[in-house]
Amino acid sequence: MTATDRSVIVDSLGVGLATGAYGVSFGAISTTSGLDVLQTCVLSLLVFTGASQFAFIGIIASGGNPVTGALTAVLLGSRNLFYGVSLAQKLDLNGPQRLGSAHFVIDESTAMAVTRETTRQTRLGFYWTGISIFFLWNLMTYVGAVAGEKIGDPQTYGLDAAVGAAFLGLLWPRLTSWHARLVAVFGAAVALGLVPITAAGLPIILGGGAAVVLGMLWRPKVSA
Amino acid sequence: MTALWAGIVVMIVGCFALKYAGLSVPERVLNHPATVRAADLIPVALLGALIAVQVFADDGSLTIDARLLGLVVAAVLLSLRVPFLPVVVAAALVAALVRL
Repeated sequence: MTATDRSVIVDSLGVGLATGAYGVSFGAISTTSGLDVLQTCVLSLLVFTGASQFAFIGIIASGGNPVTGALTAVLLGSRNLFYGVSLAQKLDLNGPQRLGSAHFVIDESTAMAVTRETTRQTRLGFYWTGISIFFLWNLMTYVGAVAGEKIGDPQTYGLDAAVGAAFLGLLWPRLTSWHARLVAVFGAAVALGLVPITAAGLPIILGGGAAVVLGMLWRPKVSA
Repeated sequence: MTALWAGIVVMIVGCFALKYAGLSVPERVLNHPATVRAADLIPVALLGALIAVQVFADDGSLTIDARLLGLVVAAVLLSLRVPFLPVVVAAALVAALVRL
């Protein structure tokens, strides 16, 4: 193993530890939002894409229909499709390997893999990051879920406010241009306008959809 | 099966299908500039809407309460490059404290 290999692994484990730890906030918010411990842990084990999981429990907490929540979550998960496309060539996997690796295609494993120069280092970054997050995310989800069940009411420790902060934390690194900021604010404004007149859950998917359309139609003159 | 489990199953199938399809489809299929733009916009737009509803909605009406203060605290800390977990914990604590 070369020094570069080792540094890829150490960096990947660092990201894995930092990211996996968020699992505790997901678990606690999930069980105070009305899911039980089993449902919470199944989400982390089998869905395993943080932003989508937070979106689902956020919509459930606000009284939305679970299927609307799931569709919003899947739409948010569409970015993993594009991560897969940029990873596919660099990872160079055969059919069964793709099936076994797909579950680990998330924001962080992609970020730690696509910048590498060789297939070997791409794979090291992808698997060490993805699998270390997977273990810790699930462990911490369980810890948070059990704690959340004891807390009960999400308002007790301000966990209802934690959800908005979590979404903002996920959005923050994407607000790199005025175009992106405008799209986010427009999505927020349309969603708020719809809250009094539509069923819970719908304002998010409709507001988000309207903002995507605006973003596609209004192009900044200088492409970033 | 409850509606909650139905939603969970939809998510499991949908999210895995997207991940697997990304690794499997030929790159040129998704390489259209409009598709790439839409892919960048979807998370930004949905997260913007999610934040607004999470912070201001209360059973079909809009309200201002401790959740907004939590969001402001989160924004300040994120602008100071504080990591995710401390940001979330601080937002929760501030909201809990002002409710005392």
